[in-house]
Amino acid sequence: MAIDIDTARKVAKLARIRVEEADLPKLAGQLSGILGFMEELNEVDVTGVEPMTSVTPMRLKRRKDEVTDGNIQAQVLKNAPDAREGFFAVPKVVE
Amino acid sequence: MSAPMTSANSWTIAAARDALRKGEISAVDLTMSCLTAIDAGDALNAFVHKTPEIALEQARAADARLASGEAPAMCGIPLGIKDLFCTKGVPSQAASNILKGFKPEYESTVTSKLFDAGAVMLGKLNMDEFAMGSSNETSAYGNAVSPWRRKGSNVQLTPGGSSGGSAAAVAADLCLAATGTDTGGSIRQPAAFTGIVGIKPTYGRVSRWGIVAFASSLDQAGPMTKSVRDAAIMLQAMAGHDPKDSTSADLPVPDFEAALTGDIRGKVIGIPKEYRMDGMPAEIEALWARGVEMLKDAGAEVRDISLPHTKYALPAYYVIAPAEASSNLARYDGVRYGHRAKLSQGDGITEMYEKTRAEGFGPEVQRRIMVGTYVLSAGFYDAYYNRARKVRALIKRDFETVFAEGVDAILTPATPSAAFGLGEMADVDPVKMYLNDVFTVTVNLAGLPGISVPVGLDHQGLPLGLQLIGRPWEEAPLLNYAHVLESRAGFVAKAEKWW
Repeated sequence: MAIDIDTARKVAKLARIRVEEADLPKLAGQLSGILGFMEELNEVDVTGVEPMTSVTPMRLKRRKDEVTDGNIQAQVLKNAPDAREGFFAVPKVVE
Repeated sequence: MSAPMTSANSWTIAAARDALRKGEISAVDLTMSCLTAIDAGDALNAFVHKTPEIALEQARAADARLASGEAPAMCGIPLGIKDLFCTKGVPSQAASNILKGFKPEYESTVTSKLFDAGAVMLGKLNMDEFAMGSSNETSAYGNAVSPWRRKGSNVQLTPGGSSGGSAAAVAADLCLAATGTDTGGSIRQPAAFTGIVGIKPTYGRVSRWGIVAFASSLDQAGPMTKSVRDAAIMLQAMAGHDPKDSTSADLPVPDFEAALTGDIRGKVIGIPKEYRMDGMPAEIEALWARGVEMLKDAGAEVRDISLPHTKYALPAYYVIAPAEASSNLARYDGVRYGHRAKLSQGDGITEMYEKTRAEGFGPEVQRRIMVGTYVLSAGFYDAYYNRARKVRALIKRDFETVFAEGVDAILTPATPSAAFGLGEMADVDPVKMYLNDVFTVTVNLAGLPGISVPVGLDHQGLPLGLQLIGRPWEEAPLLNYAHVLESRAGFVAKAEKWW
């Protein structure tokens, strides 16, 4: 399926990646190529096949629902590009 | 046996372990020889963050432990660590600008286990950005360069990818071994391109905790080493259940080195007809045939098998991996760590996300995130993503069928060609680059263990490898088959030093 420029713009928006208008045609072309390659999957009969979930049948391990960590605010914020007064700082979200 | 007469940085883990235990060399001297080689190897751009202070401190601690006589096999062994592993206080940026300056406050499980065993970290290794690539050309650090060159040529070649820095560093003797990760072939393809050994264990054998996630259902870490024995020794130290990774298997880890008996008599090795691709170079075909002869000669029974869904592995992979990546990489938003774009007057939070991600991610990563976003979007989820997951189940079933019929392991080429030149693939369709993974990607989809072993050189003097694929959780016998292949192939070639 070919991806047109509008679809490419929409996908970029959904992915939260800014793509300049001038770059959209090239992106649309590349996405079309990659998705075209995926069309081969339509040749396979998948009737009654369950999607794969694990290598060998196994149950994911569970642990007690209890606090195992915490009180590391400074460490959590250490790598933040903008942290103020013990919080992550971002541009205003609500008007 | 006395210590080898070559420079210590070129030793295997096994040789260094024995020499360290006998006191024939100190961990500090062994580490120094690697640090010297690393400084002389800058042209390879393999080590992108050097950590000599940490290395020497760890080496001194290793010497103390060795002196006490209680040292595990990896004690004092100098390693390179792929940049994808979070290492406490040391830059860990997955070769991406979006994680520039990120210094984790924690240590990945794999590096913790290695350091607990006494291993020494020399520094962080180059790779493709977020492990997305097959040539190390998508790295924010620039290309890693293979120590290998074509006969009579100065053209710079790729060490493969995504673990390209790991492969270049091990092949050029900058370290004794390195960690790698493999989502579609990222350990095995670079190992094959550079004449070293690389194993991707069964999914769940090694903890993924603290490794920057690419595609969580496919990612596995493994060792990249100079010999199969070294792979066994290092995997031993990396493997095991980890409560912090719910997909890590709570299974006992066998003694991998003890499995290297060299006896494979009566074992059944399958040769899948679907791996004989149209247009496959005659040299690859011949190499594969030689591998068959070696295993037969060692007493294995070789049997033709069929894995009918092989041709759908790459398209299924290039749906599933980007889908998982688009979800995993949503966390890079300029809020908690790494890069944040400079904002203009009036920009809100959406502009911050969009500008940050446009500046921070390179083109291939952006492309994969967008492909993933598309295949997961409303209306396409079933058509692409769910269909790919079902095809994945069929690919796995192909393997289960041949294993149930008595096949112990499968022999295939590791790559469709020898290493190509850096920049040679720059203008081709992205899909063409994806074809590099054609022989390796099935193994990730099925979650199986796979190992790449260097077997010969092509007409240009470049290494070629074969891949052995094993049954789930049977790394031990797989390493033994690989050991037999390695012994019979007698691959000893090294890149001629030009750097």
